[in-house]
Amino acid sequence: MSAAQTSIMSADEYVRGILRAAEAQVTQTTLNRRTFLKVAGIAGGGLVLAFYVGNLNAASANGTSAFAPNAFLRVSPDGTILIYSKGPEIGQGIKTAFPLIIAEELDADWSHVRVEQAPINPAVFGRQSAGGSRSIPMSWDQLRSAGASARAMLVAAAAKEWNVDASECRTANSVVYHDSSSRKLTYASLANKAAALPVPDEKALKLKERKDYRLLGTRVTGVDNHAIVTGQPLFGIDHVVPNMRYATFEKCPAVGGKVIEANLDEIKKMPGVVDAFVVEGTGKANEVMPGVAIIANSTWSAFTAKRALKVKWDERDASKDSWSKAVAQARELAKTEGVETLKTAGDYDKALADAKVVEGFYTYPFISHAQLEPQNCTAWFHDGGIELWAPTQTPEAGLSAVAAILGLPAEKVTVHQMRAGGGFGRRLINDFMCEAAVIAKHAQVPVKLVWTREDDMQHDFYRVGGFHSFKGGVDKSGKLVAWGNHFITFTADGERPTSGGDLSPDEFPAQLLPNVRVTQTKLPLKIPTGPWRAPRSCAIAFAIQSFIHECAAAANRDHLEFLLDIMGEPRWLQEGNEYALNTARAAAVIKLAAEKSGWGKPLSKGRGLGLAFHFSHAGHFAEIAEVSVDANKKLTVHKVTVAGDIGPIINMSGAENQVEGCVIDGLSTAMGLELGIENGRIVETNFDRYPLLRIANAPEVAVHFIQSDFRPTGVGEPAFPPVAPAICNAIFAATGYRVRTMPLTKEGFTI
Amino acid sequence: MRLTINGKEHVLNDVDESTPLLWVLRDHLGLVGAKYGCGIAQCGACTVHLNGAPVRSCSLPISAVGSQPVTTIEGLASPQGELHALQKAWIEHDVAQCGYCQAGQIMSAAALLKSNPTPTDADIDTAMAGNLCRCGTYVRIRKAIHAAANEINAGAST
Repeated sequence: MSAAQTSIMSADEYVRGILRAAEAQVTQTTLNRRTFLKVAGIAGGGLVLAFYVGNLNAASANGTSAFAPNAFLRVSPDGTILIYSKGPEIGQGIKTAFPLIIAEELDADWSHVRVEQAPINPAVFGRQSAGGSRSIPMSWDQLRSAGASARAMLVAAAAKEWNVDASECRTANSVVYHDSSSRKLTYASLANKAAALPVPDEKALKLKERKDYRLLGTRVTGVDNHAIVTGQPLFGIDHVVPNMRYATFEKCPAVGGKVIEANLDEIKKMPGVVDAFVVEGTGKANEVMPGVAIIANSTWSAFTAKRALKVKWDERDASKDSWSKAVAQARELAKTEGVETLKTAGDYDKALADAKVVEGFYTYPFISHAQLEPQNCTAWFHDGGIELWAPTQTPEAGLSAVAAILGLPAEKVTVHQMRAGGGFGRRLINDFMCEAAVIAKHAQVPVKLVWTREDDMQHDFYRVGGFHSFKGGVDKSGKLVAWGNHFITFTADGERPTSGGDLSPDEFPAQLLPNVRVTQTKLPLKIPTGPWRAPRSCAIAFAIQSFIHECAAAANRDHLEFLLDIMGEPRWLQEGNEYALNTARAAAVIKLAAEKSGWGKPLSKGRGLGLAFHFSHAGHFAEIAEVSVDANKKLTVHKVTVAGDIGPIINMSGAENQVEGCVIDGLSTAMGLELGIENGRIVETNFDRYPLLRIANAPEVAVHFIQSDFRPTGVGEPAFPPVAPAICNAIFAATGYRVRTMPLTKEGFTI
Repeated sequence: MRLTINGKEHVLNDVDESTPLLWVLRDHLGLVGAKYGCGIAQCGACTVHLNGAPVRSCSLPISAVGSQPVTTIEGLASPQGELHALQKAWIEHDVAQCGYCQAGQIMSAAALLKSNPTPTDADIDTAMAGNLCRCGTYVRIRKAIHAAANEINAGAST
């Protein structure tokens, strides 16, 4: 059995049985210092440990002290090591990373390891979501302890068998050795005996030191890769239920529009169409907006009918948002400071008056997630409950939302977690699950709802656009002494910035400078926005890191030295909080990126290096882009050098892949991605007008990690933010032209 | 209507001939390796071979397929189940992130290697220009194609 041959859909009945037993135990087992629960397995079934992965406080947040295991490790008598894990796989590699951590401490032979996806049950499992690069940091200790506990039990079983002290034994590749007597026993042969032994005290467990890792930090290919390259059904859109029908759902292109009437009779007569009906919806974009559902015998019949559908919309309450008007308004507002003050420090006015003043107005647009698998969900309403197959980042939230909308108790809703063809934050919101649930309940047959690409791009929770009007003050010694930022963003409720459109008062470099004024203005917005890969940071870093370079240039100083100067003394801004900037780690990645990229090397005319740093999601990243620009503003990005510190690396292949992906996504987004919004409607509705980067323009990416003993963090997000400013700063170095508007096509560049 | 897919003949009743090949594969024949991404031949996730040449099955009505043989990702390995050199290279180089586009990428690459066993980076860029990867695995796709080409050529010369 090879790890590569695991299928997400396979089922281990044995572990499912154990899971049912664990569910039954939930109310009886109290949580104390023991994070482990050794489940009474079936005799002869091997060693099974049930444990909790994630934030333990969340597990008991429901007011009970019930201990709810959410992960299982089974060493079976045939030698297979099965890890039953709960996190959604959205392309971030968690399904490979989690078992690697366990296998390391277990000293398992990786080729014996299989991974199964856990079912969704918030009452039992607590948090089951993928977002914020949090999966790894929240699970690191528990996964290591699980592996180490199982290893200790297997060693104890062997020691007992040989009548020796456990300390005389060592383990490697799923075998226990007693070197002095040249004896060895496989984990397979010990599994049942180990199951009869007590679970060791977690405090007595000795976890490995980083230098002793054999698996962690190596390059391991993904556990689903075989299934992916042979085209096996893995994704939500691939799922089939017997007697299933196919559904589409048409909503008003301007969010908030309601159905007045539609040519339903005509649609129902079309070939392959089973039914067409109006859905009132809940009126919430994250649930079900009003629209028309079409049920057909095939996806193509449903899509064809959708194109023939004519709906008259009541748009009185619908969005009238306009990006071009917002841009014009922001340009006016940029001349003044904002009405709200987010942060002040020192004497900003005086510092500015005494300094050389630099000004810059930066703009970045709305963008779509454009994950390649369009939203979809299969739902089957039967026996008074509903079953859903959903590619979601937050299955437990989807389950609760569906239960609430259908008026069902949570236990009547079953969610099967499907591999997601990209997430990027879009699948944190489960509108597609809610729609499928409502349509399936009406249809009374299993339905697979599939959005067209046009639906997907018109009904996203967009990365919000925004504007920064900066003032920087550089003193005579060339130091950045004053920092002004009027942030112009959007609000849906008139009070808080819209999702993803908020600026932390302490966003770099405001928290490190002596004289600061950060203000804010919010423009009204109806179009829904949401988290997009490295929310906030994905946009803010472009503006801030570019403007810092402007200040460095105005001070006639080397950008690298200027940036390190802002970092100041090496210190952790909040000791022990990995989500707080650590200037020592920041300076280290900046210096490493500079060294690896050849910062300061002589370059030909029209060629330049650009530097940017950003800290987000507990990851410190510095990146240097090497670009050429010709006389017609044709840009070539030759290479991006990345230096990152995310603690220890779990899977080097996965980590490098994420960074390479972040760089390409960063260039793609900076180069040509923007959405026009007029009269509440998204202008670009498919890839013909939304030019995601293609292979010919993919730069070389050099990835360097500083591995440390800080807690590891995820790497799906923090390598993204520095890409755009590094490229734009390189353009400045190459040409003297300062890019202040995203995307680059807006400034006349081509690639 | 008869279609020859992966060497096997399928008889299709009650399927409109204007239906794109993609949806016949996915909904009628249960071959879901080819993916729906855009529906307008922009992303390449639906790429299959028609007579050995890569086509975007989302925009190819079955009336235009006729008796020409179709190969999908499910038919790329040998009948004995031996993976194509590209499939092996994709695993070896851990190319996939979400994996959604990769069947289409591999089919485009397979057509390239058949006509050009020693592609340069520029050849790869041209042949793969129709396939988007939203996760940005292009660097690895290029490496894996070179690796597979080397393996095929080494096999051919021994």
